[in-house]
Amino acid sequence: MTDFEPTIIAFVCNWCTYTAADLAGTSRLSYPQNVRLIRVMCTGMVDPQYVIKAFLEGADGVLVSGCHPGDCHYINGNFKARRRIKLLKEILPQFGFEPERLRLTWIGASDGIRFAEIMRELSAQIRSLGPGGAKLNMVI
Amino acid sequence: MAKTAQIDVKAQDIPGSLRGFLRSVLESGDIRAILVPLHLPMKNTVMPALVSDPERLKDADPLAPAFPMNTAKVVSRLTHKPSGGKIAAVLRPCEIRAFVELVKLKQGKTDEIVIIGADCPGAYGNRDYLRFVAENGTESTMKFYRDSLSGKDSEKLSSACKSCEFPVPEGADLLIGLLGSDTEKQVMIQALTPKGEELFGKLGLSESAEPPGRKAAVESLIARRKAYRDKMFAETAQSVDSIGKLTAYLADCVNCYNCRVACPVCYCKECVFVTDVFDHDPSQYLKWAERKGAVKMPADTLFYHITRLAHMSTACVGCGQCSNACPNDIRLAELFRTVAYRTQKAFDYEAGRSLEEAPPLSVFREAEFAEIEGIK
Ligand code: SF4
Ligand code: SF4
Ligand code: FES
Repeated sequence: MTDFEPTIIAFVCNWCTYTAADLAGTSRLSYPQNVRLIRVMCTGMVDPQYVIKAFLEGADGVLVSGCHPGDCHYINGNFKARRRIKLLKEILPQFGFEPERLRLTWIGASDGIRFAEIMRELSAQIRSLGPGGAKLNMVI
Repeated sequence: MAKTAQIDVKAQDIPGSLRGFLRSVLESGDIRAILVPLHLPMKNTVMPALVSDPERLKDADPLAPAFPMNTAKVVSRLTHKPSGGKIAAVLRPCEIRAFVELVKLKQGKTDEIVIIGADCPGAYGNRDYLRFVAENGTESTMKFYRDSLSGKDSEKLSSACKSCEFPVPEGADLLIGLLGSDTEKQVMIQALTPKGEELFGKLGLSESAEPPGRKAAVESLIARRKAYRDKMFAETAQSVDSIGKLTAYLADCVNCYNCRVACPVCYCKECVFVTDVFDHDPSQYLKWAERKGAVKMPADTLFYHITRLAHMSTACVGCGQCSNACPNDIRLAELFRTVAYRTQKAFDYEAGRSLEEAPPLSVFREAEFAEIEGIK
């Protein structure tokens, strides 16, 4: 399992975490290539089905990341996102997905450094969890 | 104190006395029609029907173990716009609870409806009911009802009913109480809401006390159901606790989506699974097949079920109509109830409990669930 490279899908909001990712890039901070960013306008538009789809298509980890509470550009999208992640954390583990594979973070627009750190840490965590169930089984 | 009365049962004919009672409701002046399970004249099958002619109530059979659909959907259709008159609906507890969820989703209104609910002895799956009624003819409801009073649930009862801890229709306006009554002689009528009291007043019933044995009878039935439920939860959880096992559990699914159509709380006017959102390009399927070696078609079976769980499990009332609708006997009710029990607990919510509690995914608090934030 030493050469296992996890795939991590990160849904990041345009106004905060994506901006932070951009900043990390322009500041030439390196972060693992395992993380595939999907830019959404707000974490509040991440329907649980996108997260489920990502896992079933073989993602080893999924991150949803947006503005800090109080900073959402659509006022409360991130609070709604938090409930949806809570919901998924009740459902997915019943089917054997480790809860650590699904993460929710708040990374502000100016937090380029934190963005890179979190991506490194997340990627290390998922790597040590090993491949997700959907990679090892035929999913119908 | 809720207003309570007893109505007499003549010649041990419980369905007959309930028909008489419903007739008095329809003739009380205020109610233009009653929605009630009715034996259809052309075949001995039971379907909900909106009855305005008191004579037609001779075929009403609210205790038949038939449950062809969750009537909450019908009630939603009858109430989402003003109808210009009051109706009464005789509903099972899980139908009332589903209706409560639909009202909260603005797909139904309570203004023009009086809900009558009886203590629920449960129901069979469609196929079992049709067989049962063919074997037992007109006596079938009485036979079912006597057996269910004997203190153990019939084997044939659907597992949703065997595991249902809500046999008492607490959300009804008017309750028909069977538990704890000597139903060969008397049945209890109780008004649970102001609307129920108003109707109660028009029926000219004389008030009396609740049967002394009722509380204990209710408790013992609930305890029996909960014991079955908890065993079912444990077995189901165990049989889906990995993605490999979940795929085996759902392997016979053909993505017909009957379960969704039958679900009273799958609330979307247009389900995402009938739109083209996940109707991928043919070339995409080919790519998947090449990457994975084989893809089961139609694809996205697990995706469909888990998404549905995410969308509606906080509103799941456990009526079991998903299992009833499945052509391939997939044990959906067990799966959905098991998961829903946990999702509802997580938000301290119980589907159908109250019109006042907002659906958990429609609201939030600023300070909550801090434990799921961050990556530690
Ligand atoms: S599965 Fe989801 S999208 Fe489809 S009807 Fe149910 S709630 Fe709506
Ligand atoms: S009714 Fe049965 S076969 Fe049809 S989609 Fe639901 S589980 Fe699959
Ligand atoms: S805009 Fe960033 S979370 Fe809503």
